[in-house]
Amino acid sequence: MATNTTLDFEKPIVELEQKIAEMRSLADALDIQPQIEELEAQVEILRANVYRELTRWQRVQIARHPDRPYTLDYLTHCFDDFIELHGDRAYRDDPAIVGGLATLDGSPVIVIGHQKGRDTKSNLRRNFGMPNPEGYRKAYRLLSMAEKFGIPVMCFLDTPGAYPGLEAEERGQAEAIARNLFLMAQLKTPIIITVIGEGASGGALGIGVGDRILMLENAWYSVIAPESCSSILWRSWEYKEQAAEALKLTAPDLQSVGVIDRIVNEPVGGAHRSPVAMFNTLRAVLTEELKDLSAVPIESLVHNRREKFYAMGVWAG
Amino acid sequence: MAWFLRKSKNINESSTHREMPDGLWTKCTECSTIIYRKELEEHAFTCPKCDHHFRIGSNKYVDVLLDKGSFNEMDADVRSADPLKFVDTRPYTARLKEAYSRTSLPDAVTTGMGTLNGRSVAFGCMNFGFIGGSMGSVVGEKFVRAGRRAIETSSPFIFISASGGARMQEAALSLMQLAKTSAILTELADARLPYISIVTDPTTGGVSASFAMLGDVIIAEPKALIGFAGPRVIEQTIRKKLPEGFQRSEFLLEHGFVDRIVHRKELRQELSAIIELLMGGRR
Ligand SMILES: [Zn+2]
Repeated sequence: MATNTTLDFEKPIVELEQKIAEMRSLADALDIQPQIEELEAQVEILRANVYRELTRWQRVQIARHPDRPYTLDYLTHCFDDFIELHGDRAYRDDPAIVGGLATLDGSPVIVIGHQKGRDTKSNLRRNFGMPNPEGYRKAYRLLSMAEKFGIPVMCFLDTPGAYPGLEAEERGQAEAIARNLFLMAQLKTPIIITVIGEGASGGALGIGVGDRILMLENAWYSVIAPESCSSILWRSWEYKEQAAEALKLTAPDLQSVGVIDRIVNEPVGGAHRSPVAMFNTLRAVLTEELKDLSAVPIESLVHNRREKFYAMGVWAG
Repeated sequence: MAWFLRKSKNINESSTHREMPDGLWTKCTECSTIIYRKELEEHAFTCPKCDHHFRIGSNKYVDVLLDKGSFNEMDADVRSADPLKFVDTRPYTARLKEAYSRTSLPDAVTTGMGTLNGRSVAFGCMNFGFIGGSMGSVVGEKFVRAGRRAIETSSPFIFISASGGARMQEAALSLMQLAKTSAILTELADARLPYISIVTDPTTGGVSASFAMLGDVIIAEPKALIGFAGPRVIEQTIRKKLPEGFQRSEFLLEHGFVDRIVHRKELRQELSAIIELLMGGRR
């Protein structure tokens, strides 16, 4: 499945890896094992250095890496017994949002997330992870069901935005998102949010209100994508790097202003490089967070959730 | 990847998108009739000839909707900070300074308590002239405080939206205001107090995707642009011209997303009647 896409800043790493691969093919004939091992150590140091000093725009690129794990990858690897549930019971099933039942460490959970496609065909089907109103309404139905049966909810955010289409407007994109915010702000069951890739605007937040907001180290989350921000404020598409810097859209940025609670470390080289390590880390974090939240009485949980969002924002006076 | 498909907030600060200017006479932008100030006031800032609804800010809506002299503004000292030190082609602080001096307004929203036909109401109104009516931390905070005041005083909450969406210069903090404002409305609902949302031209982006669409009753002014994505972004996405009337109040009424379209001159009486009926069921 891997596309072997190389991002610009990953090129020196990949070149070194290719050199090592070449040397290995010669290693039987020549006694160069020590040199290979030295280069392997170098490549790890290089990777660590590159990934330690990522710019905000580079993180945006990692968040969009075509080999990055998507919601369904997490649902099948961090959870057991995933059973997908479809449809909003009103119009259609939106493949840009998936959801269903699963277990985490033996406990039942309801899982919901944006879903991108891996290739052209699946991306067309999943609309590049851009939901229509029926996607949000499917989520609404699953959220209500979670409350009814007292099952915790886990949402995974990864969307370039709610779809700005003609029919999406006709069917009430704004109302569908607003309705979810209203429901999630008072849902009587624990909700854990994880931003796994792109968290673009109301399209992301539409399934993003919860008790704990986690964010993978290289994900981004903001009010607008850097390119669109560039086009509006700079009146040109060319200032995406500056826009990404100005928007302060990375996990460390958002933790410092209280928008997210916890950063989930990615393997060195990003989630796309070592998906299994990523699944193991996230499974452990979610299990721990769920255990903590399960100890909180429901009334306090909802009270704390509302207070958490009331505290968001910075103003004078 | 189709990043160009991504929704923009469609905040437009060009002069044609500002609120109507104050002057002795005004030319109707739709039918070119020259209207004298007094006549305009008598018609609640709509055109006497073609019913065009001019964009007006909170000061004029207070006059149009609330009992004379009843409005007590709250939280005017809540001001935008610059938490992200945001700079695009100009620093955010410079944009704020200009907006303050040009509009003499506290931010993109004014809130307070007043009376409507003698009934105490919590009231909020957005100012499109203030950085495109964009919602940052101040709009969210003042909305929540007004909602709380409604609960404390057992009053209904009336809120008039006019906004291009969330304020980009406060980035994720602006986005969180969608959740923050929706949260206080759940408390208002628990208290069984009416929340009436009045949607005016234009209401798009984050404001439409939160409190504007959450009214127990949603009233639109005629021909207001109301939608999630801005029309220009949709046209870029689908590569087609949008049909006439798309995303206008009448379109939303037809598709079931607003309760009523009410002429601004009738708004006060309609609001009062609806609130009295809703509050009449309380015991
Ligand atoms: Zn006219």
